[in-house]
Amino acid sequence: MSGFPEVAVVGFGQSPQVRETTGTTNGVEMLVPVFQRLLTDTGLSRREVGFWCSGSSDYLAGRAFSFVTAVDAIGALPPIAESHVEGDAAWALYEAWLKIRMGEADTALVYGFGKSSAGDLHRVLALQLDPYLVAPLWPDSVSIAALQARVGIEAGLWSEKEMAEVAARSRADGVANPNAQLREPLDPAGLLDAPYLADPLRAHDCAPITDGAAAIVLAAGHRAVDLCARPAWITGLEHRVDSPVLGARDLGRAPSAGAAAAAAGIDGVQVAELATPFTSQELLLRRELGLADDVLVNPSGGPLCGNPMFAGGLIRIGEAAARVFDGSAGRVLGHASNGPLLQQNLICVMEGR
Amino acid sequence: MVATEAPLSAPLELGFDYTRSLGPVLSRFVTALRDRRVEGVRGSDGRVHVPPVEYDPVTGQPLSEPVEVGTEGTVVTWSWMAEPLEGQPLAHPFAWAFVRLDGADTALLHAVDAGAPARMRTGMRVRIRWAEHTVGQISDIACFDPVDDLVSGAGRSGDQRHSRPPTSQDPVTMITTPVHLHYRHSASLEESRYLRGLAEGRLLGQRCPECRKVYIPPRGACPTDGVPTVEEVELPDTGTVTTFCIVNVPFLGQRIPPPYVSAYVLLDGADIPLMHLVLGCAADEVRMGMRVQAQWRPREEWDTTLRNIDHFRPTGEPDAPFESYAEHL
Repeated sequence: MSGFPEVAVVGFGQSPQVRETTGTTNGVEMLVPVFQRLLTDTGLSRREVGFWCSGSSDYLAGRAFSFVTAVDAIGALPPIAESHVEGDAAWALYEAWLKIRMGEADTALVYGFGKSSAGDLHRVLALQLDPYLVAPLWPDSVSIAALQARVGIEAGLWSEKEMAEVAARSRADGVANPNAQLREPLDPAGLLDAPYLADPLRAHDCAPITDGAAAIVLAAGHRAVDLCARPAWITGLEHRVDSPVLGARDLGRAPSAGAAAAAAGIDGVQVAELATPFTSQELLLRRELGLADDVLVNPSGGPLCGNPMFAGGLIRIGEAAARVFDGSAGRVLGHASNGPLLQQNLICVMEGR
Repeated sequence: MVATEAPLSAPLELGFDYTRSLGPVLSRFVTALRDRRVEGVRGSDGRVHVPPVEYDPVTGQPLSEPVEVGTEGTVVTWSWMAEPLEGQPLAHPFAWAFVRLDGADTALLHAVDAGAPARMRTGMRVRIRWAEHTVGQISDIACFDPVDDLVSGAGRSGDQRHSRPPTSQDPVTMITTPVHLHYRHSASLEESRYLRGLAEGRLLGQRCPECRKVYIPPRGACPTDGVPTVEEVELPDTGTVTTFCIVNVPFLGQRIPPPYVSAYVLLDGADIPLMHLVLGCAADEVRMGMRVQAQWRPREEWDTTLRNIDHFRPTGEPDAPFESYAEHL
């Protein structure tokens, strides 16, 4: 890879994660203050940003080309270099990373947003399933996660007790996250007495429905040190995909996550921020990535404390990078996922120097 | 900054019947469903895929060898749907399950009508309950029934198909999937000010604090500078046609018979034109620079909508010079 510039995450900002905003589905109201704060923090001028890239979904917004209106939040005159992915903004980060690696830009601002409260999220997400033989049955996102959770429970990969422990740990960590939607800790004692939401999942096993937005600034090596005291240098950024045919997959596994991690090189990470909106998925992913017991998982509270769709994966990368910015970790991992049941997985490994 | 009321919002109902053509593999599968049979496809490694896949998930090879499988199978995993959602297979509580049909190696997602979660377990035997009318789509399988529930002597479900002749000999080549989604659409705070102004017969724009341009409708952020527009500017209902087109094509929901003019009208004092109708003269008389004024509907019909202005009509003033609107084209 010699000859290609190194790239670092040099800034991260997010809106408060809330159950419902009064803002529009194009995210402008959530994004404008995030951009303003991020540009102030890094000292980067809006017109200096070499490339803008976003992730969002028209299905969530219920309108076509909703991301085009979001460009208002940038201020697009004189014309800017801009792109969009219909998916989690972590994939927009991937696109921006490539742009910088190829020398086409030396800074990029990546953002994602989602107003899940505008519609019925669990039904909307059914539409990402096979449109011929699966989506017409409207399997909601919680139900298919429950099917996956049971596979792992009955195979002895994880238990309802371990799932509850993940929930309790995440919610305890979320107390310290000022942007988290759920900031009250759970009482671990009574969790298994709670009724099922979608047997075998209980409410504490599932991420809340969240409106939110987030943004990250990337910079090439020579700029990164100007913009950030301690940049989070990207040492590996990889994504892989498993079959979309859920009934043909071993749902207790996500081989694409393991493959992405192997390609990215995750040895030695101290912190892993995982885009796992269900407790069972965190347990699955820990195994798939082979994370040691001393790796801190989702110290931000993770998706179980707030899960803005299409910004959630980008937030995981940002939260992990923030641990490098503040010097509390030297090597970290951010994970993002697209599609149903951890079908597509992205791993971003960063380190401080 | 003016005091803010909550933004306006309203239900937004989206519906569309997606029609999709089927390739040879899916066509064969749903045609068999119509005939109350299940046909999978054999993969490169010999595994039988139900539902069928067009390409082998491991080798990527196109697949074409059909394999008939049973209409009974085994539950691989399940979850309980206590409060079914719109569009799901059953309206009363049911189990979602992956079912591996006898003879298949992969599992099909569908509903099991088990009555209660206590009656579900992984490994249980289930059998297809066919829909009353099968047409060639996944919902031809109404759901699965636990096999223990079925009265002995009712016959295997394989026999069920012989009781009903196929409705057609032709293969099914298309499916229609209705999708209905329900949203609550919110206008921005700025748009809400504008829409509430319209209800009072006022045209409210906002000025960007940086570039000083006046936007109507006002925007959440100036598209040039990316900052919120805050200073309110009330605009007159007179303006200039910057550009226009003559609509000659009839379409569903058209309010007036063609030909008529749809134009960009730059209100006096605004920096962005509104799109509206220009009526009150022959279509071929409309021109760039023509001066126009809003023709409001009767006051009792006003609401939070630009429809309060029925159209713009010529004022008869001399045309505006090109330089006065050249920047706004």
